[in-house]
Amino acid sequence: MDGRQGSIMTTAIRYPHATGFVAGDRPKIVTSRFEHADSFTLDRFLATGGYVGLRKALGRAATDVHEEVKSATVLGRGGAGFPAGTKWGLTPQQVFPKYLVVNGDESEPGTYKDRLLMERDPHQLIEGCLIACYAAGLSQCFLYIRGEMALAQERVATALNEAYAAGYVGKNILGSKFSVDIVLHWGAGAYVVGEETALIESLEGNRGMPRLKPPFFPAANGLYGQPTIVNNVETLANLPWLMVNGSEAFTAIGTKTSPGTRMVAVSGHVKNPGVFEIINGTTTFRDLLYGAEFCGGILNDNELKAFVPGGGSAPWFTADQLDLPFEASQVGPAGSMLGSGAIMVMDSTTDIPAAALTLTHFYAHESCGKCTPCREGGTWLERILTRIVDGTGTEADLQQILEVGAMICPGDFPHASNEKLGLTAVPFPYKMTTICFVGPSAFAPLHSAITLFRSEFEARLVKRISIPVTAVSTPAKVGA
Amino acid sequence: MTTVDSNTTAPEPVVDPNAVSVTINGKVVAARKGEMIIAAADRTDDFIPRFCYHPRMEPVGMCRQCLVEVVGPRGPMMVVSCMTPVADGQVVNTATEGVKKAQEGMLELLLANHPLDCPVCDKGGECPLQDQAFSHGPGESRFVEEKRHYEKPIAISDNVYLDRERCILCDRCTRFADEVAGDALISFTSRGNNTQVMTFPDEPFSSYFSGNTVQICPVGALTAKPYRFKARPWDIEHVESTCTTCSVGCRTVVQSSRDELVRYQGVDSQPVNWGWLCDKGRFNFESINSKDRLTTPLIKDASGNLSATSWSVAIDSAARMLRTALLSSPQSVAIIGGARGTNEDAFAWAQLADALGVDARDSQLADGLPPQVFSLPQATIADIDTAKTIILLAPDLKEELPVLYLRVRHAASKRTGRVVEVSPRATGLAGKAWKKVHVEPGKTAAALRALATDAAFTAQVASGSVVVIVGRMNLAESEESVVHALAEVLHMAPQATVLPVLRRGNVRGAITAGLTPRNGGKSTAEILEAAASGKIECLILLGADPLSDVPDADLARRGISGARNIIAIDTFITQSSALADIVLPAAAYGEKEGTTTNLEGRISNVAQSITPVGTARPDWMIAVELGTATSHDLGFASYNEVHTAMISRVGEFAPAVDTHAVEHDGVIVAHPAPITLARADAASNERNSYDYRAVVSRKLYDNAIGTAKSPSLATLATSAAVIVNPLDVPRIGAQVGESVRVTSQRATLVLLLQESVDVLRGTAWLPINLSGSDARELLDVTKDVIDLKIEKMS
Repeated sequence: MDGRQGSIMTTAIRYPHATGFVAGDRPKIVTSRFEHADSFTLDRFLATGGYVGLRKALGRAATDVHEEVKSATVLGRGGAGFPAGTKWGLTPQQVFPKYLVVNGDESEPGTYKDRLLMERDPHQLIEGCLIACYAAGLSQCFLYIRGEMALAQERVATALNEAYAAGYVGKNILGSKFSVDIVLHWGAGAYVVGEETALIESLEGNRGMPRLKPPFFPAANGLYGQPTIVNNVETLANLPWLMVNGSEAFTAIGTKTSPGTRMVAVSGHVKNPGVFEIINGTTTFRDLLYGAEFCGGILNDNELKAFVPGGGSAPWFTADQLDLPFEASQVGPAGSMLGSGAIMVMDSTTDIPAAALTLTHFYAHESCGKCTPCREGGTWLERILTRIVDGTGTEADLQQILEVGAMICPGDFPHASNEKLGLTAVPFPYKMTTICFVGPSAFAPLHSAITLFRSEFEARLVKRISIPVTAVSTPAKVGA
Repeated sequence: MTTVDSNTTAPEPVVDPNAVSVTINGKVVAARKGEMIIAAADRTDDFIPRFCYHPRMEPVGMCRQCLVEVVGPRGPMMVVSCMTPVADGQVVNTATEGVKKAQEGMLELLLANHPLDCPVCDKGGECPLQDQAFSHGPGESRFVEEKRHYEKPIAISDNVYLDRERCILCDRCTRFADEVAGDALISFTSRGNNTQVMTFPDEPFSSYFSGNTVQICPVGALTAKPYRFKARPWDIEHVESTCTTCSVGCRTVVQSSRDELVRYQGVDSQPVNWGWLCDKGRFNFESINSKDRLTTPLIKDASGNLSATSWSVAIDSAARMLRTALLSSPQSVAIIGGARGTNEDAFAWAQLADALGVDARDSQLADGLPPQVFSLPQATIADIDTAKTIILLAPDLKEELPVLYLRVRHAASKRTGRVVEVSPRATGLAGKAWKKVHVEPGKTAAALRALATDAAFTAQVASGSVVVIVGRMNLAESEESVVHALAEVLHMAPQATVLPVLRRGNVRGAITAGLTPRNGGKSTAEILEAAASGKIECLILLGADPLSDVPDADLARRGISGARNIIAIDTFITQSSALADIVLPAAAYGEKEGTTTNLEGRISNVAQSITPVGTARPDWMIAVELGTATSHDLGFASYNEVHTAMISRVGEFAPAVDTHAVEHDGVIVAHPAPITLARADAASNERNSYDYRAVVSRKLYDNAIGTAKSPSLATLATSAAVIVNPLDVPRIGAQVGESVRVTSQRATLVLLLQESVDVLRGTAWLPINLSGSDARELLDVTKDVIDLKIEKMS
C-alpha cells in the first residue's frame, strides 16, 4: 500500500508534463493548469482558483445553476454531443435518489483527452462533479475510471482523499446543507463499458453489456433502476470555469451551437501529435492539422490521405473535408461525426486496407457478445478483411464485406463526399440492428476505406486468370 | 306506449385506462399498456421470429431476430419487438422488405457459426432455429470461414449437457437460472465471438430446475441425459397430462416412443406451473420404465417367499383374506394410502371401503394435516401473484414443492407481494423473505401471538390480501402445533385465504374421494398402533410404504409386523410390500387415465401414454374386482363409469364435469362452507435436559421409490446427516464431517455432523429418508416436539 502511495510522487516527477500536451495562446477552460508540474495537487488547485466555482454555485439556488449551465449549452464531450444542461432536466421530478455517473472509461481508439484531465487536474473534475450534483439534485456520484489508466486512478483517488479531508466532498460541503459522496470505481478493461448503459451494468457488478434503450434510458431507469445522469469527464471539467466566469463568457467563445472550447487528441502522421484545447465550432480540421500552434502539418510534409475525425467509430474524411469546422451540424451532413474528439491522421504512405483491419479487429475483439449482428458480424468482417489484406481475397469478398455490413447497418451507410471519385456525402447517422454502437463501429472504418479507396483493396485481390472463350465454329446447317 | 325507465339505460361504458390498440400489418389488435409488440402480435396470425424472447422471463433483446418496423414520426424505424412496448395508435409492420432482409440477415449470422449437425442433434425436428431458418431464413449461407470449435458436449451438471458449438447465446438458460430459479450457476464467459455459456469453476449447474433450461433452449445446445439419443421428435407420441410427483400438479406433456416413456415437458398453464417443472418431476419417468417394476401378482408361498401367481388366484386369495377379517369385525380391516393414484382410484377404493364397512382408511401417512384445513377459505396458486402478503407456515417449498417455490419467489422478486417466512430454519425462500420468523419447534404459535404487537407486521398484513401457505414444516412437531399456528395467523389476518400444502401427489383428491378416516375411524398412526397390538386382521397398503414413509419408524415397524395379513397394491417391491402376503401390481403414472387433484384442489387429467407393464392394472380396477369377489357391486366396471360415478357421488368433484377444462388448466373442486379455526393455548413444550430440538424434513432427492428407481436422479440424493448451527459445533466437541451420536428418548443413531447457518442455534436439522441412519428412528408421533442429545463419539 505504501509502495502505491509512493508511486504517485515518483510518477509525478517522471511526468512533469502530460504527454503530448501543447500549450498555446488560446482561451483555456479545462487545461489552464496543465502547464504546472504539480497541477494535480490540492495546493496548486487552490492557488489557481480551485473550488471557487463550487463556492459560487453553492451561493446560488440549484435551479439557477442549472439554468446557467443550460444557457451555456455545454455539449457532451463523450461522443453524442448532447447538451449537459438539457440532459440534467430529463430525470423525472419526484423520484429519488438520482445518481451522477462520470464516464471516465475513455477507450475510443485514438482518444486520450479525459485521461489527461484526470491525471493532470483531478480536482477540477471533482469540482465539476459537485457542481453537477448540486445543480441537478443528484445525491451520489460514481466516478468510473477505465481499468488501464493506473495513473489517472491514483491521481483521482489521491485528490478525492484530499478533497474529503478538506471538506469539499462529503457531508455539509463548505458549511452548506449540500452533501454528496463520490464513489470511485475502476473498470476491468472492456471498450463497450464506455457505452453508458454498459457502464451502469458494470458499475452494478454485472458483465459490462449494454442495456436496450428504451426502456433503459439512464435518465429514467439507470443505476440500480434509479434516474441517472451519465456525463463525460471533459463535460464536467468545464463546469468550474463556467461557474466562475458565467455562461456569457462561455458562449462568447466558439459558435452559438458549439460554444466554448473542446479538447481534441491528434495521433498519426502529423509533426506534432497531442492533445489540444481548441475553440469549438470555428476551428477547422485544416487549422488543427496544419496550424503551427497545433500539429504543424503532416509528417515529412507528405500528402494527407485520410483522417478519422471523431474516434475510431467515425467514418473517414479526406483532404476534401479539411475546411470543415468542429461543428456537429456541419460534420454530420458531411458524413461523419465529431464523436470523442480523436483525430487520427493517415498520410500518403498509409496502407489503407491494413489500417481498416486494425480498427475492425479492435471492434470485433471488443464486442461484448450480447447481440448477434455485432458478435457474429464483427468477426466475420474481420476474417474477410484479413483474407484481403493477406492477398488471398477475391472480388466477391469485397462485395461480401458490404453485405455483412448491411446486416449490421441496413440502408445507406454514411460517408464523405469525394470530388475525385464523384461521390456525394451520405449524412450521419446510420440505421442499425444492434443494441449499441460497437457493431456499426466495426463496419464504419471498413466502409469508409472501401468507399474512398476501393482501388487499394482491388489491388490486393487475387487476380483470376481469365481464359478467353473462343467461339467454337458451328457446323453449317445442312441445306441452309 | 312504452315508457323508458331512466334507471334501465345502459351505464357509460367504463374505459380501461390500460387498453391500447395497435395496428399490426394493417390489423387492429387490442393490447394493454406495458405489453411488448411481440406479445400483442402473438395474438394475431403474424408470427414474429424470436430466440431470446420467452414470455415468462424479462426480455433482453439479444438475438435481434424479432426486428420489426414501427412507423414513427421520422418514418419507419427498425425496433426489436420483444422490448418495444405497444403504444396507442402504433403502426407495426412485420413483413416489409426491410424487415424481411433484417430477419434473414440475423438468421444468416446466427447460423454462421452453428455446426448444422441437425441429423445427429436431439433437437432436430423440434428446433426453433431449424424451424425459423426454414420460415424466415435466407435459405443459404455466404459464410465460408471455418466455424467456431469447442469441445462437444460438456456435462454442466449430472443431467444437463452443453454443446457450445450449437449455442446461439440467447441468454434463455442463464436468465432462467438467475431470474426464475435463483440458481445463478451458469453465466456468460469470455466476450465477442468467443462468448460462451459456462458454469463457474468447480461449481456444477446443480439446480433443482436445470431441466427447464433444456426445454427452453431454442437450439440443441442443452440436452438432458435421460433423453439424449433416445428418440426423434417425429417418432414421439404426445399426451397432455398432470405431474403427480408432488401435489403442485404441474401440467406436462408425456412423451412416449415404442410404448416407452421418453420425456416429460412442461406445459405453460397460467394457474399452475407457467411451463416449468422440477428435475424430479421431469426425469422420474425413468422409474416407470424400470426393470424392477412389478409385472405379475405375487403371493406368499408355503416357504414364506413371494412368488408369481395369476390375477384370479391373487384376487380370490385377497377376497378370502378380507372376508375372514370382516367376519371378526370391519374394524379389523384398514386401508393406508391412495395418495399416489388418481381421483378415480381413490374413489373406487373409498367405495369399496364403504361397501365393506371399513372406517379405518387414511391416505396421509402421519405426516399431513387434518382434513379440516380444506374447509378454511381456500387460496389458489394464482392468488400468490396478487397477494400483498404471503405467509409461509410451510415446509421448505424448494425441497418439497419446487414449482410452487418458483411462484412464490416470482412474487417476491417482482415485489408484488411480501413474503413472511415462519419456519424452524431458513428455507430456500429466506433470501426473498420480507420478514423471517425463525422459531424453535413447539413455540411457533406463541411466536406468532407475539408478532401481533409488531406494528410493521400488522400494518403489512392489514394492507391487503393475505395467502397463508400451510403445511408440515417439521415432522418432529405434531400436526396440532401447525393448526395452532395457523389459528394465530388467521386471527391476525381474518381476510387470509389458506393454501394447504400436503405434499403427496394426489393426497387432496384421495381425501376428497373419501380415503380419510370415516365415522371416527382410525388414522394411519392409529391403524399402525392397532396393528402393533394385534387388532388388525387385514391391512391394505394402497401404494403406501409405511416402513419408509411414516415419520415414526418404530411405529411403522411394529405396525407392519403386527398386522395379521397384508395386501399391498404397488408398482414396486418396497420395504413394506416385501412383507405383504399378497402383492398386486398396479399401473403407474402414464399407464392409466384419470384425474388428479392438486394442493389447491384443482382437478385435471392424467393421461395414458403407454400400456401398463406386464399385467399391472389401475387401482380402481383392482377395487372393482375385490368388490366383485366379496359380493359387492360398486356400480362401475369401466373407467368412464367410475369417472362418471365419482362426479355424481362426490359433491366436491362435480365441477369436473367440464371435460375440456379438466383436460387443460383444470377446475377447482367445489368448496364446502368455510369453517373458522379456534385459537388454543398450545402446550408450552419446555425443554428436557437434551440440548437440541429436532427439525425433521424431507429433501427433494431422497430414497423415495420414484427417485431411487430413476438412474438419473438416484445419484443426486445426499447422505443422511445431522446439521447444526456453526456456533453449536464447538459445544458438541466434534468436527464437522465426523460421526456423532444422536440420542432421543426413542433411540440413538450415529450420523455425520454438518453445519449450516440456516439452522437455528439449539436446533438440529435432520433430513430423512436418505442413505445412512434414518432420523425417523428418533421420532415419536405422539410427542409434540422431540429433543435430542448430540455427542462426540468416544
